Amino acid sequence: MDILAFLIEPLQYAFMVKAVLVSTIVGVACAILSCFLVLKGWSLLGDAISHAVLPGVVLAYMIGIPFGIGAFVFAMLSVVLIGYIKNNTKIKEDAVMGIVFTTLFALGLVLISKIISSVDLTHVLFGEVLGISNSDAWFTFGILSLSTLVILLFRRTFLIFCFDPIHAQSLGLPVRLIHYTFLSLLAVTITGSIQTVGIILVIAMLITPGSTAFLLTKKFSTMLQIAVAVSVGSSLIGAYSSYYFNITTGGTIVFVQGCIFLSVFFYQNIKSRFAPQIATVKEGI
Amino acid sequence: MKDIAIALDRVNVRYGDNIALADATLQIPYHSFTGVIGMNGAGKSTLFKAIMGLVAPTTGSITICGDDPKTAQKHGHVAYVPQSELVDWDFPISVYEVVMMGRLGTQNIFKTASAADHAAVQQGLERVNMTTFKERQIGELSGGQKKRVFIARALAQGADILLLDEPFAGLDATTEKSLIALLMSLQESGKTIILATHDLLSLPATCDHVALVKSTIIGFGPTKEVFVRELVEKTFDGALNHVTFK
Repeated sequence: MDILAFLIEPLQYAFMVKAVLVSTIVGVACAILSCFLVLKGWSLLGDAISHAVLPGVVLAYMIGIPFGIGAFVFAMLSVVLIGYIKNNTKIKEDAVMGIVFTTLFALGLVLISKIISSVDLTHVLFGEVLGISNSDAWFTFGILSLSTLVILLFRRTFLIFCFDPIHAQSLGLPVRLIHYTFLSLLAVTITGSIQTVGIILVIAMLITPGSTAFLLTKKFSTMLQIAVAVSVGSSLIGAYSSYYFNITTGGTIVFVQGCIFLSVFFYQNIKSRFAPQIATVKEGI
Repeated sequence: MKDIAIALDRVNVRYGDNIALADATLQIPYHSFTGVIGMNGAGKSTLFKAIMGLVAPTTGSITICGDDPKTAQKHGHVAYVPQSELVDWDFPISVYEVVMMGRLGTQNIFKTASAADHAAVQQGLERVNMTTFKERQIGELSGGQKKRVFIARALAQGADILLLDEPFAGLDATTEKSLIALLMSLQESGKTIILATHDLLSLPATCDHVALVKSTIIGFGPTKEVFVRELVEKTFDGALNHVTFK
């Protein structure tokens, strides 16, 4: 089959154009944020937030407002709750996160079991980009473009925040404001990506591209580029696979990303195992 | 008070119910080289944080180059060289980029670098002899070079006061010597150097002032007067037979 036709043929359907556009922006937004998240060591926090938004989505569905608003409210609620409990007990942060996000996720399940059909539940948990409505597509595109723009404009500030927050504070930068801005961007990006990859898998979009890129480069600007390429590529493969093979978009995207990560890891592992031997041979000559 | 770089006047710092620093009074002159010693948890890092304006004293006042700590932050009077253990050496960032971070306090909201910023970074790198390594990722440096990068960052910031947290930890004797020589030459060119250290043996040869910390400042002054057996043993709660005192 002609590759060009393979790629273009699905685009005669409006739903597929929407799916491709939405997948691309999700790929870009998650990839850029993932570079900062991985370097900051906040992957688990991202996981916690993404699960905690479930009751927000369900409540939004019940009262008929855009699901993103409900998701964002619960994302911020979980962040504040985690911070508050951590600062007022001796329990360590990972345990606090575990308690908060599972509790909120469970609340979401309870609400769902009473209200929403199982088909909709699958969509919320695992994503469905092909069936995305116009309003949801615009919503996703809008907030993800905005959050990406903010991250890129202030990337140097976020980078010092990740690298040496004490230094940032000693220079008089508003570290607390940067901290909460970063968390809000995380919440926004998770909210915007749920439609495509679902609540369960969105965290992969926020860890895997950055981690893959981190293995491949020692320059931050290159890391951003590699992460975006990996992420957008996987997103498009996901969207097209859904169309041609009728398989889950979110699952495909995350599986492809994981395969890329593992390939890079094994490639580097094998390379570094053989590299010293090659060096010795050269010296011998 | 003109000759005083850092003045603490009856400073108390509390974290909840814990008193980290009680009634600390201290006057560090300009162009001095001060060693801060004390046991772990004695309040050295709290003292540093208070000087950097990261914690506010519950009572008492802190004056940095004639300013309060928040104003001193804006002017970049104090620069900080972190402990090696607290730095993520795998971070994808080059020597040049780290030094440029010293300029962030004065840049616009998007932190774009001006010609003056690049010039300051170049100068800082030259001063510590690291220009040839400027493109290196920071993990690809030796222990001494790593310290020099952060000293260059402090210089690029234009700070008058350098705070170093255990700069000699993990360095071999030769590297430590050359780092001390660099710090002394910075002192000669007008900087005020303050370092927290556990290295009591090399202290008398390095520092012209000593601060003894044990929940408060139990002694501060010229090394000859303060670095004496009675006071230092009181600081460390016990006999220090391996240290020779004059």
